[in-house]
Amino acid sequence: MNAHPLSGVSLKPGDSDRLRARRQRRDRIAHRVIMLGGLSVVAAMLLILGYLLWVVLPLAGAPEAQAERLGVKPAWSEEAGETRLFAVDERGDLGLRLARDGSFRFFRLPGGEVVAEERLPLGPEETVRRARAADADPGRVAVATSAGRVFLVSYDFDRQPAAPGALPPVAVAFTVAYGGEGRFFSRRAIDDLDYDDAQDRLLIAVLAGGELVVEQAEKRTDFLTGEVRLESGLARRNLGFTPRGVVLDGNHRWVTVGDATGRLHRFVLPGLEPLDGLDLERGELTALQGLAGGVSLLVGWADGSISQVFPVRDDDPAGGTYTLQHIRDFDALDAPVTHLLPESRRRGFAAVSERGALGLYHSTAGRQVLETTLPGSATAALAFPPRADQLLQLDVTGELTRIRIDNPHPEVSFSTLWRAVWYENYPAPGYTWQSTAANDDFEPKFSLTPLALGTFKASLYAMLFAVPVALLGATYTAVFMAPALRRKVKPAIELMAALPTVILGFLAGLWLAPFIEENLAGLFSLMLLVPAGLLAFAYLWHASGLKQRFSGLRGWEPLLLIPVMIGLAVLALWLAGPLQQALVGGDLREWLSQEAGISYDQRNAIIVGIAMGFSIIPIIFSIAEDALYAVPTTLSDGSLALGATRWQSLIRIVLPTASPGIFSGLMIGLGRAVGETMIVLMATGNTPIMGWSAFEGMRTLAANIAIEMPESSVASTHFRVLFLSALVLFVFTFVVNTVAEVIRQRLRERYASL
Amino acid sequence: MRRSDPRQWFASGAPWIWLQAAAVSLSLVMVLGLLLLVATRGLAHFWPSPVEEWLVDAPGEAPRVLMGQVHRSEWVSAERLREAGIELPDDVGGEVRRHLLKIGNRDVAGQDFTWILDRNIRDRSRPLNALVVERTQWGRFIGRLVGIREAGRLVSLGNEPWPELQERLDRVTDLRQRIDEIERREMTSVNYRLERLRLEEIGLNRSRAPGEVAGGPAFDRLAEERAVLQRRFDALAGELAVLFQEIRRDSLLLATAAGDEVEVSLAVVLDAWRPNAMDRRQRFSHYGEQLWAFVSEPPREANTAGGIYPALFGTVLMVILMSVFVTPLGVIAAVYLREYATQGWFTRFVRISVNNLAGVPSIVYGVFGLGFFIYVVGGGIDQLFFSEALPAPTFGTGGLFWASLTLALLTLPVVIVSTEEGLTRIPRSVREGSMALGATRWETLWRTILPMASPGIMTGVILAVARAAGEVAPLMLVGVVKLAPSLPLDGDFPYLHLDRKFMHLGFHIYDVGFQSPNVEAARPLVYATALLLVLITLVLNLAAIAIRNRLRERYRDLEAQ
Repeated sequence: MNAHPLSGVSLKPGDSDRLRARRQRRDRIAHRVIMLGGLSVVAAMLLILGYLLWVVLPLAGAPEAQAERLGVKPAWSEEAGETRLFAVDERGDLGLRLARDGSFRFFRLPGGEVVAEERLPLGPEETVRRARAADADPGRVAVATSAGRVFLVSYDFDRQPAAPGALPPVAVAFTVAYGGEGRFFSRRAIDDLDYDDAQDRLLIAVLAGGELVVEQAEKRTDFLTGEVRLESGLARRNLGFTPRGVVLDGNHRWVTVGDATGRLHRFVLPGLEPLDGLDLERGELTALQGLAGGVSLLVGWADGSISQVFPVRDDDPAGGTYTLQHIRDFDALDAPVTHLLPESRRRGFAAVSERGALGLYHSTAGRQVLETTLPGSATAALAFPPRADQLLQLDVTGELTRIRIDNPHPEVSFSTLWRAVWYENYPAPGYTWQSTAANDDFEPKFSLTPLALGTFKASLYAMLFAVPVALLGATYTAVFMAPALRRKVKPAIELMAALPTVILGFLAGLWLAPFIEENLAGLFSLMLLVPAGLLAFAYLWHASGLKQRFSGLRGWEPLLLIPVMIGLAVLALWLAGPLQQALVGGDLREWLSQEAGISYDQRNAIIVGIAMGFSIIPIIFSIAEDALYAVPTTLSDGSLALGATRWQSLIRIVLPTASPGIFSGLMIGLGRAVGETMIVLMATGNTPIMGWSAFEGMRTLAANIAIEMPESSVASTHFRVLFLSALVLFVFTFVVNTVAEVIRQRLRERYASL
Repeated sequence: MRRSDPRQWFASGAPWIWLQAAAVSLSLVMVLGLLLLVATRGLAHFWPSPVEEWLVDAPGEAPRVLMGQVHRSEWVSAERLREAGIELPDDVGGEVRRHLLKIGNRDVAGQDFTWILDRNIRDRSRPLNALVVERTQWGRFIGRLVGIREAGRLVSLGNEPWPELQERLDRVTDLRQRIDEIERREMTSVNYRLERLRLEEIGLNRSRAPGEVAGGPAFDRLAEERAVLQRRFDALAGELAVLFQEIRRDSLLLATAAGDEVEVSLAVVLDAWRPNAMDRRQRFSHYGEQLWAFVSEPPREANTAGGIYPALFGTVLMVILMSVFVTPLGVIAAVYLREYATQGWFTRFVRISVNNLAGVPSIVYGVFGLGFFIYVVGGGIDQLFFSEALPAPTFGTGGLFWASLTLALLTLPVVIVSTEEGLTRIPRSVREGSMALGATRWETLWRTILPMASPGIMTGVILAVARAAGEVAPLMLVGVVKLAPSLPLDGDFPYLHLDRKFMHLGFHIYDVGFQSPNVEAARPLVYATALLLVLITLVLNLAAIAIRNRLRERYRDLEAQ
């Protein structure tokens, strides 16, 4: 602190200039820092918006596919058209091809060098007709031959540690499981098969010469040797039509067989009795394929279109019968569908047409994600690695093409988020939010509609409670209240806003909810009796002349009413028992559930309405009161002087003048209610249901984020959808607040001119 | 009389005015009622309520003697009880009174609480020698003291054990304090330093050129330090073993109400009192002790017993850090808006931004904090500075730093608005005077304007602190936990551990009230915690209001000029 410019300390010549320069410099630095600080607020807001958008946008991003011809014709790819099994492993650098002669070639990608070779012990003249990998484990394969038998094979890639820069050596563990002889199904050649290999069961369904044969085997583990044996039975049925494609149900309840005319036939396991059929009348069926999860079937048609069907349970809850139903169609390809290839971890699939068009689809989203044309000749075989981040095509000339796919979120689209979606195992299209479940086959369901509805339901009930109380209270406080009382009451009510919402939520959930459950009738009698009683009291006060005697109480009525109100409340609660006895003949809540058929949750919309109403009353109150109080008294004085009553002056003059301010208070209150988290989290059951019932709970967008965000993994679809709901909240409150603020500024200008 | 004609009265609009007054009354009743509810429930828990001894003879059951403290009483309809499968004589109708009795002895009876119908109580008394024992596990024991054992030998019987118990309890308390100090402070510290050595070694190994042997002075130093720490650890473990032996020396012979004898090691006894034999002074002093223990001790038994000290500490520390971030930023932004920027469309836009930031739901800040601060910034910091600890994240997971930063962003508008208000109230003449005397803009601001605006800034910061203290939703995403193993401030370098997770009063309420295994036992504690949180926010808000009022008084004269 040497030589403050204003302190009058004498300075040496030259010092003054240096000092001035230093002061100027300091001033400039301060200016810059403060500018930066001011801009940082805007930057912060833009950063929040920008970051949310940055996370959310990939949901809407167009998927991309890039075809890359690998330009190799590996030695093993002769007779490419006769490929029976084609697979790529998880990392996409190893593959497998099974040829007609029963030889397995395991090769590297992208070069196609063979790393291992195995051969099935086929008889002379015997060829492989068809092969299928199990849904649960791509390393288990069933191979059907022209001799009517099926080999069960398992393989596993074993990458060994490699020197830096070199490719890791790969060993392949290959076994023919359950005896090397194969399992005989028919004397005739097998045309098609499906195969499922679960934890403790194994199913093989084959089509051979117009006959359906299904083997259902239980796996029995020998406790001493650890060896697994199969205990199996065969079932047969003569079909009487030309089958084309067979698909096993994932839960082993039935088998579906398609015929060339496009009809689907379902047979019950284990006896193979015919169950039902479905004729889509689309002409010739060209491809039939089960989707991951084992519930849905995809049907490809000669006209290039693709349909999805699955069994739907009847409305009758006791019946529990399923009928096969046509669910949806997908955008058609240009020519007959030749290949349908499901992804193994999602409900997505790829389809290829005769002319080489490739479509990527997502079944539940009901949309074609992408369409492109495959380079090269007609497709001989296609394979997805489990991650489905690429697609490997082998064309009939034996050339390999790799299509790199960037398709991280096919399951999300505007219509899956907001419209009704028909999910597997659901009786009808609906709005469902269910992000996780215990089993692996589960498909996450991201419908924001029930959450948005829950948000609005919670806000609605809160506003229903808060708006009358806050507006009436604000009017009284601004217009009629004695100034001395107003100075105390206003801060007291504004203190309500300072109460942490976690406390309101906790009281609502643990105290109010059980209380109202016990005294539901009491709540209604309170709502009826207290206002009526208050009016009666007011009339008596007026008519009995007490008003004149205690005229000093004018402006202090709220204090007078507090004991009256408490008395009335006690009376109302006390009367509730006899009242409900008289009206519904017992407990109101039991009557609701048993007679009226209305389900009652302990933590319901009424509780949320009261608790959240409590938290937004002070907000609306404060803003509305300010607006009303700011109306120049000259206006109301003028009207009173012209002979209007206090009430007329309020209704005709003060309220209209202040109405924009009141509206802005309502908007800000609504914004607060929409984003409130803790109260809803604690005062409802957080079930994402669709319904406006006051006696049921809800799940709001904000509470949903609080519940699920900590468990969601970064960059997953779930994560991004949660960010999307945060963005929705942000944008909603942004709009509401901007409107409110603009109105308030207008109002301020108007008053300034008065 | 004309004036009592109801139609006339209605037409005058008077009923509406009364309803408006009633709305104010309702708001006041709700606020006061809420405060009263929280206060009574929260404070009543610590009172040494008397132990009742009841002879209960319920129809269809053998008569039994119960001892316990009445937790709460209520009226229920007989109909509902019958539906719940409770036997009642046919002539009983209407409402029946029942009590929730806290019988304690969870180790013996399996549950802490039991419902007793008032009409089934045959005999009631409050025996003077009834004893309540607070334990570190299995909750309270309620019964009688029979004797005291020292190393398996009975040393005291009959009525004398009570004074004896007090002495031995003091001894055990001292021992426990020492054990606590070793376990919580000294051993944790040694472990923390060992972990740092381990990370340092990983770092050394990483920086080593390929093929170079692990060795050299740096490694030797590590080994040496590790050996020292290990010796220290062993010494502590040895001391601990001795202390454990000491603390287990005595045990209490207790009798339940039914007469079963139970032996309880004094090592698990925290406190023991005979509520029925206490006089008023003793009760108050006991009450005070319990209250103090509540705010000064860590929680026990999955947060259903004990105190809330770590949550209180975490809340305060987080709020202090937050104010460190938010105050300069908020003040600078407000100064920019009011003093530097030309008022126009841009300032209008900034003000609307501020307003919007104030209206954004708090959970959105939590999402932003989690995504941007933790995953993007924190993940980056980990890659750069804490790569030896990866894949275990240091700053790439929720923690104190990110929580305070998130809340600073959340409360920024509060500080800006309040500071701006303070600045607006300073008359132009003050600025002009300062500038006329030759001060630069910055000097005017620093020496004149900001000191005058300081009450406004204070108000803003206090309001921000009050808001942050009660905010829970965003914290759930950015670093609050139900039970933090250690406080974020301790004696180990760097003393303030910004990366640690912490406990928070608001989250404690949510967690204990809604996720607790023993809700009935935990509920009074939740009320007490809620009361504390309400008090903190109310006091802060009242302080802000008081400061604001003083500020207005102070500049009233200036404004008049």
